[in-house]
Amino acid sequence: MRIKDIKKDWTRNKSVYLLAIPVILYFLIWNYLPMAGILLAFEDYSARGGIFFSEWIGLKNFIDFFQSYYLWRLFRNTIVLSIYSLIINFPAPIILALLLNEVENQYFKKVVQTISYMPYFVSTVVICGIITDFFAYDGALTDLLFKLHLIDQKKDMLSVKSAFRPIFVLSGTWQGIGYGSIIYLAALSGVDQELYEAAKIDGAGRWKQTIHITIPGIAPTIIIMLILTIGNLLNVAMEKVLLLYRPLTYETADVISTFVYRRGLIEGDFGYSTSVGLFNSVINMLLLFISNAISRKYSETSLF
Amino acid sequence: MKIKETPGRIVFKIINTIILVLLAFACLVPLWHVLMASISDPTYVTQHSGLILWPLHGEGHPVTLMGYQLVLNNNSLIRGYGNTIFYVVAGCILCIVFSSLAAYCMSRRKTIWMKYLIILLTFTMFFNGGLIPTYMVNKYLGIVNTRWVIIAMGLISIFNIIIIRTAFLSLPASLEESAQLDGAGHLTILFKIVLPLTKATIAVIALFYAVGKWNEYLTSAIYLTNRKLYPLQIILREILIESSGTNEFQVSQEMGGMDLYKKLIQYSTIIFATLPILCIYPFVQKYFVKGVMIGSIKG
Repeated sequence: MRIKDIKKDWTRNKSVYLLAIPVILYFLIWNYLPMAGILLAFEDYSARGGIFFSEWIGLKNFIDFFQSYYLWRLFRNTIVLSIYSLIINFPAPIILALLLNEVENQYFKKVVQTISYMPYFVSTVVICGIITDFFAYDGALTDLLFKLHLIDQKKDMLSVKSAFRPIFVLSGTWQGIGYGSIIYLAALSGVDQELYEAAKIDGAGRWKQTIHITIPGIAPTIIIMLILTIGNLLNVAMEKVLLLYRPLTYETADVISTFVYRRGLIEGDFGYSTSVGLFNSVINMLLLFISNAISRKYSETSLF
Repeated sequence: MKIKETPGRIVFKIINTIILVLLAFACLVPLWHVLMASISDPTYVTQHSGLILWPLHGEGHPVTLMGYQLVLNNNSLIRGYGNTIFYVVAGCILCIVFSSLAAYCMSRRKTIWMKYLIILLTFTMFFNGGLIPTYMVNKYLGIVNTRWVIIAMGLISIFNIIIIRTAFLSLPASLEESAQLDGAGHLTILFKIVLPLTKATIAVIALFYAVGKWNEYLTSAIYLTNRKLYPLQIILREILIESSGTNEFQVSQEMGGMDLYKKLIQYSTIIFATLPILCIYPFVQKYFVKGVMIGSIKG
């Protein structure tokens, strides 16, 4: 690339570059400038000093966090909620897609699909409102749990420490199972039909066909989705936690992102909460790269 | 040709059907319960525990639309509805204009710098400054607690740009070249030729954006303290979860007081706030399926 080429490119494409300016500005302001704000993590923020001239205190914010009473609680809650969601909510849509794939009546299939997408489109606030109502002292699900003898007395379930995780994870399953299955159904329709014919001739039953053709056929999709999920592992659905937790259940419900929200925006401790948030996103990045590398090595499927 | 089915296959099909029916039931029933409860008699609703599958009514306590009447008389809720519509419509238009502008620039093949720009912007998909630094930036800009911040947050994402760019690149290059020969400028080419030809993709992006914006709550919770600017979801949180919002409903003591109407109001509010989305989504599902597929190819 020579100076001459650059000049030529500028005369020819000047208008294209000028048109891109608003968008470049948008990204500079709202995506790159906040990255500079990460400096806050190493500062004792003061309103007078702002992002760039507050007192530099190095790693003190991080050390404070690692030594704090909250570290273990936040880390444990975040990991536990993530792992539970991964174990239950990741396979659920795959299983649903496989079940739907076996349905021969297209009308029935369509109806089930349409209904199962519905919870995904309802807003988090409304979902949490419904959860709050159903698990209230005399709510429909509290009532059901009581009748099934799963709880020994009726109470407001959202104030019970041990109930938060199951409520959070299973309501997530309910919300995401239908919508999550779309991508797998699309992958299933792409599996080569001739493979099934060949398998039938070889005498393979339905079960064997599923194990040896269907699942390998959608494996690349499953792996890509798994990498993406793992890369977001520590991004617990913060909105939902904020709407469902109470001081009574912080012990099992408070996660890193909600802690950052409370400590930073409500208590105004900017430096400290930025460092906690940074810690969270660095771990997420690492998880994404590690899972991607492992997958590239062993399955030849990778995100990048 | 009818394939003979083994007994195992028949048993499987029956179990499969039962599972799927139960699943559909589980997805439908919470909202059905809310719908039925919202037109039931408030006295019965307050006393009832368990699912409501049919409107509760009785002698002297008919099925009622009272809840909806109270909802429609609540100014905060109506204003929130209006605000949300504003955020959705304005955001949607700006999102499409800027995303397609960026996608158009990035789809110019004979440029030197655009490919570096794409790489630079893709980085933002994997890393961002986080909650507090973003908040500080908005504070410096002086847009905290204004409508602008709600529009600006999440307006342009590299993900959308890449999807639109892929659609633009699928158009034949000759199309634009001939337009250029006729003297058309970039904006004319973009809005008169390229966008109309890729309207399916644009519709998907707009739809996803609109649903996301309608349901968005966290951004407003972080940036807004002025009640006049509150979108629907924040008002909903007050009514459904914090229960503080129910005080604004005009329930007099003669009617039986707030305790009697609280649940009816909550149920009616849910239906009122969710109805637009529930009415639209079954008809546009084919776009959602398409959207997820485009996303997955790129993702």
